[in-house]
Amino acid sequence: MAHFTKATSIKDWLNQRLAIDTVERVMMSEYWIPKNINFLWAMGMVLVITFALLLVSGIFLLMYYQPNVDTAFYSVNYTIMRDVDFGWLWRHVHGVAASVVFLIIYIHMFTGIYYGSYKKGREMIWVSGMLLFVAFSAEAFSGYMLPWGQMSYWAGMVITNLFSGGSLHADGLVEWIRGDYVPAQAFLTRFFMLHVLLIPLAILGLIGLHFGALRIPHVNNQDGEEIDFDKEAKKYLAGDKAGSKVMRFANDFMSKDMMVVGIYLVFFFYLVFWNYGFAMDAVNFDPADGLKTPAHIYPEWYFLWSYEILRPFSVDIGLVAFAFAQVIFVLLPWLDRSPNTVPANRRGLFAIWFWVMLVNLIVLTAMGKLPPEGMFSQIGFVSAILFIVQWLMLPFITMFEKKV
Amino acid sequence: MKNKEPLILAVVVIFSLITYYLVEPYAHHVMHKHVESEHFAYADLPALAANGDATRGQDLVMGAGACTGCHSIEAAGMPAAMEAQDAAASYGVNPPDLSNVGVIFDERFLADLIKNPAHALKVEHKFTEESGKMHPMSAFAGGGGDIDQEVADMVAYLKSIALKAEDVTPKIAYENACGRCHAMSYENWTQIGEKPSFKEKKDALAYDIKVLQYEDSLKAYMGKLPPDLSMYIRSRGEHFVSTFIENPQAQLEGTAMPRVGVTAEMAEKVIEHMKDSGDTKRAERESVGMNVMIYIIIFAIFALLWKKQVWRDLH
Repeated sequence: MAHFTKATSIKDWLNQRLAIDTVERVMMSEYWIPKNINFLWAMGMVLVITFALLLVSGIFLLMYYQPNVDTAFYSVNYTIMRDVDFGWLWRHVHGVAASVVFLIIYIHMFTGIYYGSYKKGREMIWVSGMLLFVAFSAEAFSGYMLPWGQMSYWAGMVITNLFSGGSLHADGLVEWIRGDYVPAQAFLTRFFMLHVLLIPLAILGLIGLHFGALRIPHVNNQDGEEIDFDKEAKKYLAGDKAGSKVMRFANDFMSKDMMVVGIYLVFFFYLVFWNYGFAMDAVNFDPADGLKTPAHIYPEWYFLWSYEILRPFSVDIGLVAFAFAQVIFVLLPWLDRSPNTVPANRRGLFAIWFWVMLVNLIVLTAMGKLPPEGMFSQIGFVSAILFIVQWLMLPFITMFEKKV
Repeated sequence: MKNKEPLILAVVVIFSLITYYLVEPYAHHVMHKHVESEHFAYADLPALAANGDATRGQDLVMGAGACTGCHSIEAAGMPAAMEAQDAAASYGVNPPDLSNVGVIFDERFLADLIKNPAHALKVEHKFTEESGKMHPMSAFAGGGGDIDQEVADMVAYLKSIALKAEDVTPKIAYENACGRCHAMSYENWTQIGEKPSFKEKKDALAYDIKVLQYEDSLKAYMGKLPPDLSMYIRSRGEHFVSTFIENPQAQLEGTAMPRVGVTAEMAEKVIEHMKDSGDTKRAERESVGMNVMIYIIIFAIFALLWKKQVWRDLH
């Protein structure tokens, strides 16, 4: 056993047992961050804060929510929205945060793509981030089932149907997932379990991995500069704070994080109190009815682009395209063959690739919501093809990229 | 080095707003038919022909008009002859008590309703000759004089016994305009009235049986059970509800739901009541929202000052 001496202070007592000084140094004051970054680098902290809001509001909702097909809708819309003090507030915070978290995830993702933050040593940051995206998607979908409204029921029906695999007719698999022939009690209870236990556990683990993956390669910077972190850290510690190219995570970078968080929260609470409709679909305020299909069934906005890659094709091809869209982002570090870790605007054809990809995803998102009729389905079809072609082209575009 | 942050922020904001515009206002504009409000003018119905006389109207309502054969008028001391579920078994739906119809419904609508119910209610498609069905309310064929004058007299009488508009609560407006077809369970409302609290379970069950009997008749009359409106203000939104009440056919052609015929003021009260059921915390949302905003803005200002202080040494 280690040697313990009589503690001179509470801090010393804790230091002997938990090495809190070392932890503080490693995680905060000597965790070095490049200085040449912009506010997009604060999206990680914004996501942490949003996740915390989801967790806290979710805990409060969990105290009154009832995972039963007969009482779920009532427990949400009557008990939580009317009876419980500030129940409405927690629900609005939860609903809006669940939607906004995806906006921030997409910004965070495209920041990574633009600045090449998935390359050369940073692959695990990207992969763990994409796994988080998958986990958040599953969390969002399972949570959407819980109010047991019309959209919960019918989205649950449509999405679980995908697992039949088109012509494979794997109906047994669909029944196994649902625990019944149609979404019913078994379905609701298991999605409740997934939403409040299994997926949150996975998310917490993945967040740990995501942070851990960042420690060795360090955070990327906005100029594609390769920084000698040890040398710059010494300079900083020697007192040349202005001359060093790096800064402490806390409080240096943290103060900027908090500034961005502050501005973000103004926007977030504006949505919670005055513009929440986009996050709480009107159709889901009708109780689930298996005999009445809604006129338009569409997923939440953040799933629309992949939904639109599924929709314009025949069932089997659509499913293949959909599966392609789900996994292809994860492979980005290996599909991008260029050695350059610099912002996209200095990478020639890749810059065009990036902006076309971004705009195309927005087009797909819009077409995924619009009814698949006339011009909309043609635009959706072309966009879905373009999405796939772009990914197939990526290795070739980047292979011939000049070294900068 | 040039500060690129404003440009980056502009790019992020513009792409976010374009996405928002496309999936929210634009997509909903494409998916849902837009119906413009007619401000409850009932311009398709003729204006009242003459000045009505309430005393003569009373005679007609009680006498030649034969209104009281089916309708109760509690304000005039005439209670319902049958219980609601029995009345519904005879007529399909319980004929309304006439005490407050003079204030709830528009006078043009009432006049046209007396003369030609299916026309005023815009349900003529349900009562065609081929269908062989007749609207349960028989049209007033006249009391021997000028029919338009007589109708105006009856309307004048109904207005004279009704509550004053300012005394009509949102709840009364809802019960009169919607409540005989639409339950509102979150407000404890059934189609046969507000459900009392019973000491004995058997009494509660007996009440429920009456509701079920009523609903059976209503289902047969309307084709399906009209929905519970507890959360309709959130599931349909104010504009839809308002224009739907004004003219159901404009939103949903062929629907069995009749035109309601309420005045603009009463439509607002009906919607107010629907908010009392489905959006009860709207006032609290405003006040809590303001407080949270003030708090967060102060937080953001302090965060900004802190950043400036910390970064002073870094440049």
